[in-house]
Amino acid sequence: MTSPLRPRSGAALNFTFDGKQMQACEGDTLAAALLANGIRLVGRSFKYHRPRGIMTAGVEEPNALVTIGEGGRAEPNTRATDVFVYEGLVARSQNRWPSLNLDLGAVFGLLSKALPAGFYYKTFFGPAKLWLVYEWFIRRAAGLGNAPREADPDRYSQRSAFCDVLVVGGGPSGLQAAVDGVDGVDAGKRVILVEQDAELGGSLLRDDHDLGPDWIGSMAARIRGAGGTILTRTTASGYWEHDLVTLVERIAEPGQVPTHGTAQRLWHVRAGKVILATGCIERPIAFSHNDRPGVMLSQAARTYVRRFGVLPGKRVVIATNNDDAYATAQTLSDAGAIIVAILDARSSLSPVASEAQGRFTVHTEAAPKAANGSKARLKSVTASVSGIEVSFDADLLAVSGGFTPVTHLHMQAGGKLDFSDEAQAFVAADCRQNVETVGSAANPPPALPLKVYGDPKTSFVDFQNDVTIADIDLAWAEGYRSVEHLKRYTTLGMATDQGKTSNMTALARLAERRNITIPDAGLTTFRPPYTPVTMGALAGRDHRDAGAHVRRVPLWDEHKAANAIWQPAGYWMRPRAFPRNSEDLAASARREAQTVRRAVGMTDVSTLAKFEVSGPDAARFLEMICATSVAKLAIGRGRYTFMLRDDGLAFDDGTVWRLEENRFLLTSSTGGADRMATHISYVRQVLHPELRVSAVNVQEHYAGIAIAGPLAKAALWAMIGTEPPRHMSLARATVTGVPVLLLGASYSGERAFEIYVEATQSGPVWTDCAAAVAERGGCTYGLEAMEILRIEKGHVVVGGELDGRLSPHDLGLAGMLNKAGGYVGEAGLSRPALSSPGRLQLVGLESLDGPIPEGAMLTKERISAAHGHVTAAAYRVMSGDPIALALLADGRSRMGEELYASSPTRNQFVRVRVTAPHFYDHAGERYRD
Amino acid sequence: MMLIPCPHCGPRAQAEFVYERTMDSIVSLDSEQSDAMERLFSRTNPRGPDDELWRHSFGCRAWMVVRRHRVTHEIESVRAVGPEALP
Repeated sequence: MTSPLRPRSGAALNFTFDGKQMQACEGDTLAAALLANGIRLVGRSFKYHRPRGIMTAGVEEPNALVTIGEGGRAEPNTRATDVFVYEGLVARSQNRWPSLNLDLGAVFGLLSKALPAGFYYKTFFGPAKLWLVYEWFIRRAAGLGNAPREADPDRYSQRSAFCDVLVVGGGPSGLQAAVDGVDGVDAGKRVILVEQDAELGGSLLRDDHDLGPDWIGSMAARIRGAGGTILTRTTASGYWEHDLVTLVERIAEPGQVPTHGTAQRLWHVRAGKVILATGCIERPIAFSHNDRPGVMLSQAARTYVRRFGVLPGKRVVIATNNDDAYATAQTLSDAGAIIVAILDARSSLSPVASEAQGRFTVHTEAAPKAANGSKARLKSVTASVSGIEVSFDADLLAVSGGFTPVTHLHMQAGGKLDFSDEAQAFVAADCRQNVETVGSAANPPPALPLKVYGDPKTSFVDFQNDVTIADIDLAWAEGYRSVEHLKRYTTLGMATDQGKTSNMTALARLAERRNITIPDAGLTTFRPPYTPVTMGALAGRDHRDAGAHVRRVPLWDEHKAANAIWQPAGYWMRPRAFPRNSEDLAASARREAQTVRRAVGMTDVSTLAKFEVSGPDAARFLEMICATSVAKLAIGRGRYTFMLRDDGLAFDDGTVWRLEENRFLLTSSTGGADRMATHISYVRQVLHPELRVSAVNVQEHYAGIAIAGPLAKAALWAMIGTEPPRHMSLARATVTGVPVLLLGASYSGERAFEIYVEATQSGPVWTDCAAAVAERGGCTYGLEAMEILRIEKGHVVVGGELDGRLSPHDLGLAGMLNKAGGYVGEAGLSRPALSSPGRLQLVGLESLDGPIPEGAMLTKERISAAHGHVTAAAYRVMSGDPIALALLADGRSRMGEELYASSPTRNQFVRVRVTAPHFYDHAGERYRD
Repeated sequence: MMLIPCPHCGPRAQAEFVYERTMDSIVSLDSEQSDAMERLFSRTNPRGPDDELWRHSFGCRAWMVVRRHRVTHEIESVRAVGPEALP
């Protein structure tokens, strides 16, 4: 018979493994190339550092995890079976020191008795100090590859798509389903077919079939010819609501420099129907040292021969509980291997086994008990044959414990599972979404129940997390009955492979222990992603500056030219200070604040939320939004206002201005702008759609300039040529020919104005204003100076004092509430608890010894119960004496009391005296002319 | 991610919408204190269909009531609210 070992004729590719130069053929997975180079030992295990080789030929590989690539492109924990070799690939083994061959961590294997299931939890029961010791060891010993430290240099893109039929899996059933959709029985459908492998064909790449050599190619041509899309190297990683499936398309291999810039693409596909042709995963068998390099899944051994032309062993023992492994015996034998024995767990010969008996030595009621050898070589297999112990010399043990359908996506879709006794596996049943499972995933081949034939302590179930049969037994003995508890306690199925090969073996053992059936033992939930997804694919282009878009104020260029220090405020970047010469932030802010107090300053307030409210019901509408009265406001006048949530707590504040009888301007905080826009829309559209009112968000329509200080009025007068409006009055004027709206409003405690101008025309107005200010010894000021000024004056700020937990009573604003009611939050505010004693109230603090730590607790002793906290700390602008605003229980009745501003984490304890929350111009005389 | 049929724009991905609150938690401006507290803090949270207020914030920005099954996410109906939807 001719050898079916595929000639290794593909183009030669160079790659390195742990620094050693090797060659692969084009089309090889890294696993195939390593086997072809005689490499059997590929990695060390997670917990015990046991030597591990290649067990599978697919994405379920638990053992052969490597780091691929270098620098920011390095991808740790990549399955060697799931990366295709490219020229220059760099692979490194993991979890070993100093080298793969000599791994000092292997000492943990000798300590395995001390590291049983749940050892991590058990360390918590000892003295707390010992935990620090354990932690040191656990953090060093455990783990797999290391995350790269450099930024990922690659680009990732995202794409949305729609289709009538999404087929997952490019094997025979998937190809048939896709062809049916485009030009077969269901012709005319928009079809997308995805295959995680680089090649279509699935089991056809490994098995004998009578479909002919060109079948795969012709099916693919029919799909493409009829307008269908085929995506190879693309994994359907998640099934979400309403038939949305996320696909991860690998354009470049892990660690590879992308040819066209993009490394991976994340697809969001909304499908009319999803067909899962996802096939099965072969199960290992539990016996002693079943994790030794040289023990391989049966179908994987066949794949290496048929697809890659690599013979993974010369003397082969095959262990099985089903008929499929006989094809492996034939394939390996045809390729030149000696089949030492076939160990069939079944008690009698099946027709397939009988047929094979003439060519191979087949033992029934036979199973492996132990795999013997060294760290890189299997030497012999100890087996039980009809109860008698027998030993076979072998360098490959191909095992098949049956087949587990890949039902992950079906379960993610909310589907139920049935248990097939014949296959000893869960298969897809009903689902509330439009998903159907076809092919071997729907009809897995029959297999016997899984039994354990070796020493439980070295019979591995979850290879990646080093969970043995003994660990499952221990969890059982310690009282863990639910499969969910078993999972968390033993960490079974919690590694990067999510238990693809281990789940059924573990369930069978648990069911056996509990003396119940496997379906009664239950199954843990499968969650996305099916295989690990690179962070970059999820982020797409939403990183660096695109992660959070910078909103530029209209006067950005002017501020940049003035050397502004920027500060994020809401979605905006605002000037924090305008330092001169060698000033630092603090010096600049202090000079700017003092200039405002002494002469005049100007600042950019463009980002304030602004709404224009108009219509016959405008005043009525505003009295719903605002908790203060609005209707009585005279035309041309404005007033301070605040807004409540349904529960009666204040969430924002601002000013309201009557422009005309039925037209108002409402301003509120920068950071709360979007929330306020939603709130206004909610009241308008949902609560009172019948009102004749229009509420338009004009935040970005107007730029705003505040000008403040004893010389502000004179500066503005010079700019507009007429007398500026009184405090809380408005006027219209022009500046350098540009129309402006002037509001007499102050946030600093000085006589001040806000100048609103259409945003695109704001530049000349700012420049003109800057000249008028400079002429009077003034300057521009930023957020830092604004903060110092407002603290000294005792104005609250949203996010500082207005922290979403305070009522108007707490803030000392109850007197302003609209007596007529009818505003949002009125019912909530009427709860007695919101005005009862003991609540936090706004107060001021004067320091008795040094700067007050912001955020500090207010306590009677240095360390004692907190009575409140410091919300904002600053200093008196002119003298520099430290002051702060604070929230203090019953604060208004505690004036003069001395407390500590206590911050133990910073080791700061400052004596403070409680004062009224105003430190400047109590009578409010400086506002007025 | 759900597919929500906006009454104005047609079916759109959930990412375009913002969930606001359940309809039974809407506090009208003339409600009594006890009723308001009931609506805010003692909601029903049914295991089944419920009426929810959503907004197509990254689309037409209109508000709508979505009747959604809280376990299966099945959307039974969607109706527009706002001045245009008044009888």
